[in-house]
Amino acid sequence: MLRRFSRTGFQGGRAPPHSKTQAPNLLLRDFDLMQKYSREISVAIVLALLLLVMAIAAPAFYEPQPLLSRLAREAPTLIVACGVALVMVAREIDISIGSIFALCGVCAGLLAGSGWPLIAVCGVVVLIGAVLGAMNGALVAGLRLPSIVVTLATMVILREGLRWKQQGAFINLPDAWQWFGLSQRGGQWTLIACALILLAVLAWVSRNLAAGRFLYAVGSNAEAARLAGLRPRWITLAVFVFMGALAGLAALLNVVQSPQVDPKSGTGLELKAIAAAVVGGVAVSGGRGNLWGVFVGVLLLACINPALTYLHVEAYWEKAIQGAIILLAVIFDGLRNRRSTN
Amino acid sequence: MATLLQLRNVTKSFGAVRALRGVSFALEEGEVHALLGGNGAGKSTLIKVITGAYALDDGQIQIGGQTVSHLTPARARALGIACIYQQPALFPDLSVAENIALRLEKTSPLHTIGWAARQTRAEELLHRIGAEIDPAAEVRTLSMPEQQLVEIACALGAGARVVIMDEPTASLTQKEQHLLFAVVRDLRAHGVGVIYISHRLEEIFALADRVTVLRDGESVGTNPVDAINEAMLIKMMVGREVAAIYPLAQSAPGESRLTLKKVGCVQSGVHGIDLELRAGEIVGLAGLVGAGRTELARILFGLTPADAGEIQLGGQAVQITDPRSAIAHGIAYVPEDRRRHGVIMEMSIAANTTMAIHAQIFPGTWLRSAAERQLTLDFIRDLGVKAAGPQAPGGSLSGGNQQKIALARWLATKPKVLILDEPTQGVDVGAKSEIYKIIRHLAAEGLAVLMISSDLPEVLGMSDRILVMRGGTIVAEFARGAGAHEVMAAALGQKKEAA
Repeated sequence: MLRRFSRTGFQGGRAPPHSKTQAPNLLLRDFDLMQKYSREISVAIVLALLLLVMAIAAPAFYEPQPLLSRLAREAPTLIVACGVALVMVAREIDISIGSIFALCGVCAGLLAGSGWPLIAVCGVVVLIGAVLGAMNGALVAGLRLPSIVVTLATMVILREGLRWKQQGAFINLPDAWQWFGLSQRGGQWTLIACALILLAVLAWVSRNLAAGRFLYAVGSNAEAARLAGLRPRWITLAVFVFMGALAGLAALLNVVQSPQVDPKSGTGLELKAIAAAVVGGVAVSGGRGNLWGVFVGVLLLACINPALTYLHVEAYWEKAIQGAIILLAVIFDGLRNRRSTN
Repeated sequence: MATLLQLRNVTKSFGAVRALRGVSFALEEGEVHALLGGNGAGKSTLIKVITGAYALDDGQIQIGGQTVSHLTPARARALGIACIYQQPALFPDLSVAENIALRLEKTSPLHTIGWAARQTRAEELLHRIGAEIDPAAEVRTLSMPEQQLVEIACALGAGARVVIMDEPTASLTQKEQHLLFAVVRDLRAHGVGVIYISHRLEEIFALADRVTVLRDGESVGTNPVDAINEAMLIKMMVGREVAAIYPLAQSAPGESRLTLKKVGCVQSGVHGIDLELRAGEIVGLAGLVGAGRTELARILFGLTPADAGEIQLGGQAVQITDPRSAIAHGIAYVPEDRRRHGVIMEMSIAANTTMAIHAQIFPGTWLRSAAERQLTLDFIRDLGVKAAGPQAPGGSLSGGNQQKIALARWLATKPKVLILDEPTQGVDVGAKSEIYKIIRHLAAEGLAVLMISSDLPEVLGMSDRILVMRGGTIVAEFARGAGAHEVMAAALGQKKEAA
């Protein structure tokens, strides 16, 4: 153990206890939280304003049953968005998640149809997702290929493979599968709870477990992380595996919502998830982002479509408005980065 | 003879670091003017001022007798200044002729390309400097000296009157050097002024007409080469005596911590390293840029593992295959380039401080933020870091404080051997002396310190022993109290073995 020494004299020995929390200078204050989370807070304010407008202009927006259904439908998106946010924090990207999601959904349908018990199907489907993620991760981390190209390729391969296999045919699910065998209301609550618990756990993990720290370090500066003794390539592999597993889990939460499995499900999910992450403050350049911000991002983007419906605006505007929100979010980041480098 | 280039009292600072402090310099027509100085003496900064890459803070530049204010790279080129860097900046996938054309042609993007004209002009220019290079060859197929010749051809084609060559012979063989020298002499005969930067004194005497020595951002003097000898040049480069900002050595070295026997690594060009590092000892590793010092550190830290010889830690032979095994053996490495390899700017000071400890633990471990905060606060206090708090991002710190955090990261792992690569580069004087005190204190507590530094007074002032590297191996060893010019002479390869 290296003995401690004070700034003024090197008398050695531990400093007296009272100096433990004493600041070395008067500036010692924790970095301003408002400033650190300014991005997340501003998106939350936008969301709050939107919700307020809806409360005044279209209170029907808050009718419980449609609201519950809408939220349940977004539960898988939230899970996938959390996953892709972590991938982006590690300075990678995964656009094959929509295809993995669809493939996992079809697998769930096939296995359930052949009479497997629910728990076993869940386990196997998540495992399939993880294996597909590992495939991406191995190519990216092992061969140092750019993740955008690797996952673009796997996205197309998986999607087209699925099309060839299923020829667009839906798969009927056993009745016991709908809403995990619960009532519709109970099932919807269960899905929402699953997604929220997972979000809370991941948000906590990314802040408080070493694994989360590793992700941020590698995404910020992989070489510096390596010099500090981390193994960036293993971390990259791990985040892709985890992403795949989450896509499998999200597929399960999606499948139980309808009596049939659509083999084309998850088309465009990757864009939705990445957009939510970007709006929620995750930097495409890695090392920055917060899962609670992603949560707000998912909610904001999910609100646009129903809000337009209730406000009697043509739904054609949905994509344009989503695009505008993403653009505004990125412009916000650009301006802030410029300010901080000046 | 006309003066091509005249600098008067040029100053340039980067934050607290004064890189140039009133340098005056003149280049005549048909002259080879050598520029000499230790690492960090201000040569590169001076070059960048001349090429317009840096705006000067104060002073005056005259080009061709005319005072130029607000020199930009484009303006400098237009005024006939060309610079040939050690690593030529060519497009590897394009042919020689295309590379030359890209530099010289100024046409609109819609202009039809005159392929035949490009080809003949490239041939002409290459012929003028006596280079036998096929203009149609892709640049990636050319050797380094051939690429330099292409650069020179570009400079000539642009009508350069002032050609700056930054260590052009660093990667050349003897034969290639002679070819290059012939080209330089030919340029001189055509009235071109050449600013020639080199660490090799023999080259300067063979080629240059005059030599200017820079030291600590000041010009120590300009002399005709006939009026000066090697010893005088070394003395000019070394200059002042060791200042009193260095804490005194106090400890007698303890047991052996690290022993290297004939260690080498083909990939990094390091070979035959014999070295012993004892507890409580600061060993300075001196040498010029490219001598293999950082490469040696990277071997010890497992970044480019050794492929020859034996590394012993505490008397036991060990294999260091990656940074993790180095850390497990108690080796810590504070790298040279803080911004790229050290402190992670986006992450908090606390996260940076605990990075190397946390790197060793299981990913599922719960980080106890209170303990992390306390550890960081302790280091902030002990090392005298000026920071807003443990949660402030690493990027908010000044250079010296970043260096202290980079140091704290490794002290937190309680290492046995500490390798410091340029620990005070870009750090202001006040923080420097604090860092020196910290290093000395750490040694006094039994750490074995290997300090790589290009700052000669720092090596002399801090080290208990000084090793000098040159050409990838250790060429000399000095005890504490060695003279600066002995060390500089060894680094320059003037004397082989010195006591």
